Amino acid sequence: MSSLRWTVSDTLVLAMRQLRRIPRQPDLLIGYTIQPVMFVLLFRYVFGGAIATPGFDNYASYLMPGIIVQSIAFGGFVTALAIADDMNKGLIGRFRSLPMSRIAVLSGRAFADIALNALQLVVLIGIGLVVGFGFGTDVLKVLLGILLLLGLGFAFSWVFCLIGLLSGSAETSNAIGFTVIFPLTFASGAFVQPSTMPDGLRQFAEANPFTTLVDATRHLWIGGEAAPANSDVWMSIVWIVAITVVASFLAVRRYRSLAG
Amino acid sequence: MSTDAVIEARGLRRSFGDVHALQGVDLVAPAGSVLGVLGPNGAGKTTAVRILTTLLPPDGGSATVAGLDVVKDAQELRSKIGLAGQYAAVDEYLTGKENLEMVGRLYHLSPAESRSRAKELLEEFDLVDAGGRTAGTYSGGMRRRLDLAAALVMRPPVLFLDEPTTGLDPRSRNSLWQTIEDRVADGTTVLLTTQYLEEADRLADRIAVIDHGQVIAEGTSDELKAKVGGERLDLVLEDEAQAAAATEALAPLADGEPAVDGASLSTPLRQGSGGVVAAVRRLDDAGVGVTDIAVRRPTLDDAFLTLTGRPAEEASTDGEEPA
Ligand SMILES: Nc1ncnc2c1ncn2[C@@H]1O[C@H](COP(=O)(O)OP(=O)(O)O)[C@@H](O)[C@H]1O
Ligand SMILES: [Mg+2]
Repeated sequence: MSSLRWTVSDTLVLAMRQLRRIPRQPDLLIGYTIQPVMFVLLFRYVFGGAIATPGFDNYASYLMPGIIVQSIAFGGFVTALAIADDMNKGLIGRFRSLPMSRIAVLSGRAFADIALNALQLVVLIGIGLVVGFGFGTDVLKVLLGILLLLGLGFAFSWVFCLIGLLSGSAETSNAIGFTVIFPLTFASGAFVQPSTMPDGLRQFAEANPFTTLVDATRHLWIGGEAAPANSDVWMSIVWIVAITVVASFLAVRRYRSLAG
Repeated sequence: MSTDAVIEARGLRRSFGDVHALQGVDLVAPAGSVLGVLGPNGAGKTTAVRILTTLLPPDGGSATVAGLDVVKDAQELRSKIGLAGQYAAVDEYLTGKENLEMVGRLYHLSPAESRSRAKELLEEFDLVDAGGRTAGTYSGGMRRRLDLAAALVMRPPVLFLDEPTTGLDPRSRNSLWQTIEDRVADGTTVLLTTQYLEEADRLADRIAVIDHGQVIAEGTSDELKAKVGGERLDLVLEDEAQAAAATEALAPLADGEPAVDGASLSTPLRQGSGGVVAAVRRLDDAGVGVTDIAVRRPTLDDAFLTLTGRPAEEASTDGEEPA
């Protein structure tokens, strides 16, 4: 039997494992649903009145693509915690002692995350529509935007797999997530227009791939003058592929050379 | 070098930074035997198991398991071994049955085979009633049993058990010992690490005593005991102030210095010294009163004390990192 066949089979078995676990971890479900909703309400109603977003119907329109990109990217955080937990519980040791694919633990996780991210997307788009967000384009573009976001989630699953493997503990994963990735999502065009930021930060935010992703989503979902078609969609795809390739390479290499 | 050795390690070395976890370890287990690796916390037992189960490459030395090199033939070897690590490696959010089926699938059994094997193992390990519950609800003993069951999904010819009963109550320990003995009766070759002398004594055909990454003694339980010298005389004094007098009275019989602990005194006896009778007579002549006196064969505890210069219990105080 070809090794590719077994890689696919092992990946499915481990993706199934993750999917089975989801309904049995209510705290995780809350993290994926209630938390992003709180964020939406906070930004829309607490900060929203003070944030000007010329060209957009309302702040909800500007905000939703940003907050969704942030939630999807940062949702992979749970992945880092779970991988660190698997290491500490000796599960990774068991998997590594089995004659299975050396990628499947991570790829299974990354594919299962797609389901979690889809759930998160449904919740977020739902609450977005309630607080005043509206799609301004056609179904095809909306779907393309959703695909892009799921691709982003997939890429960040690998990033967080790597963080979990490197840190080996929930605490360190937490620290890396909240001191590196979380601020990166804020220093972007996700919540406010970079043109309002001071020099230095503005250039950083404009070059930030999160900004690219958010602008691409805005273009695909809202369109019009405010969110023009430019290179953002293509650049987003390039970023997603690049992050996936680099992070998965490093994560798999790390997995194979674990000391446990 | 025995040709029928199923587990054979030569000069294994492994360091973590400047911690030398293994400093040239040789281990041999013939087919169908149980090799006990006995040592305190931090001795290097888990490191040796990780190397032999392909989880960790050695820095030096070589090892074969079932005729396969643990480095070069790692992937092939993985289908021949079962591992129950030091910490029960079960997914707490999956049921016992789901855990075993998952392992079966990862050993590349078909879904139907995985299901029927899981069912068999749940029966064998007395987990039928708990099979539908998530492993997070299991007791320590049940988790261990599930973990061991997972290691046996493929009926591996070689089984590695890293401290299989650490943290278990005596009843669970006994039932796990029985299970391991059943496997051995079926011809499985087992390498078992333990901190419990009693466990090595009961299960292992041969024992390698390991300390600070080195094998400091190797042999059958009886051979190790013999190494420690002959029989021992244990006695309890009526008055602990008489310890010195007792030591002096027993000196002609003793083979080395006695260990004194309050009113208790323990001394190795010289061969043909006359045992309890001679000892009682001498103590009587010296006017030393005893409340209890007995001659016993040395235990592995004594062996450990003699070999390492410290008791096994005392040695196992340093903390430990999970896998
Ligand atoms: N991954 C690791 N990184 C650093 N040190 C380690 C690692 N694994 C084991 N050690 C150290 O190696 C020594 C032997 O550990 P181990 O093999 O786990 O001993 P045992 O299983 O006998 O308790 C200990 O000092 C331990 O701290
Ligand atoms: Mg250990």
